[in-house]
Amino acid sequence: MKKTSLVLMTLLFLSSFLITTNVSAQERQGPPPNGERKGPPGGGHNPEQTESLKQMKGYKIGDTAADFKLKNVDGTMFSLSNIKNAKGYIVVFTCNECPFAKMYEDRLIELHNEYAPKGYAVVAINPNVSANNVKESFAAMQKRAKEKQFPFVYLADSKKEVFPKFGALRTPHVFLLNNEMSVQYIGTIDDNAKSAKDVKVKYVEDAIASLEKGKKPNPNFTKAIGCPVKAD
Amino acid sequence: MRIGFLFSILLIPFYLGIISSNFNTTVEASFDKNETIPVYDFEDLEPLLYTNNDKVYIVNFWAMWCAPCVKELPIIQEYEKNNPNVEVLLVSLDFAEDIETKLIPFLDKKGITSKVVLLDDPDANTWIDKIDPTWSGSIPFTIVFDKNNRSYHERAFKNIQDLENVIIQTTKNK
Repeated sequence: MKKTSLVLMTLLFLSSFLITTNVSAQERQGPPPNGERKGPPGGGHNPEQTESLKQMKGYKIGDTAADFKLKNVDGTMFSLSNIKNAKGYIVVFTCNECPFAKMYEDRLIELHNEYAPKGYAVVAINPNVSANNVKESFAAMQKRAKEKQFPFVYLADSKKEVFPKFGALRTPHVFLLNNEMSVQYIGTIDDNAKSAKDVKVKYVEDAIASLEKGKKPNPNFTKAIGCPVKAD
Repeated sequence: MRIGFLFSILLIPFYLGIISSNFNTTVEASFDKNETIPVYDFEDLEPLLYTNNDKVYIVNFWAMWCAPCVKELPIIQEYEKNNPNVEVLLVSLDFAEDIETKLIPFLDKKGITSKVVLLDDPDANTWIDKIDPTWSGSIPFTIVFDKNNRSYHERAFKNIQDLENVIIQTTKNK
């Protein structure tokens, strides 16, 4: 009788020892301190403060974009009104160096090649162009456009006047305008920056398809991680 | 037998005490160096954006390719060092395939010892709003929170004073 209880106690003691060693073994692999923190509270009753005034600026859906005049990599000045018989404009703020912008270069080329003949040309604008940054200088833009053989215009927002009007916050950031230059869609190109082959939703193409059917794009606003637009 | 059995049952809380105290110390142990960086999707990350303990958390979204983010990292790290009640989580939006070759050497070179995880979840349009509907998606982006309060900052902190003011402002509602 006593023997069994002793065995039980020893077993309990030994098992607790096993658990403790197990815990420290897990720690060595560096797991997140999950046990310590809670999931999101359902109601969101907590006092919250937000600092993102940037989002309030710039065009909203339905606003009419003002035309602009910017220098293209070929040295000529370009305005949206230069495109005759446009059904719309795929205005995209992008740059040379941002990894996200680079990942979308080939997709922008494809987008232009497919949709420019249908009346929707890509108009790429570099809001980060800077004479002080060799990688984002006008010469570097020319070089990149040549290397990639951009079929679309690649414009330098040298005076930093155009991107604030649009409210471009990151690169790449797309603003799809209709033929009356009214903003119809703002956001990202598709739902997978890192892998073109894993894209499930092509937001810009879907938005153009909606315009073609005379409908409003849905969604007309999407978000994405991108490089910050540099205002300096 | 009965007494012995009861006795061993009585001892259970004691065993559990050993386990949980052990667990707490391991959780609070600070990282000397980021030798491995876990790769999370949003579901993995979300529990780390809330707390029910008494610490103040700074969760900073950044990437090596983001110049203002890189400039801000030492400010956050310094603040964490000087404030034992503050825990920092740096959420890297770099590429998972660059962890070994670029990210770990980068953190090493910059002397960043705060905890780092890498968020690899392609459909940002879905999870950005779940974090903060007013966040546009540009980085750096920082969440400051304790168990009662939270604030969101879509900007870089200029210096330690700037960050400290934000933390005081955020955590003053007890």
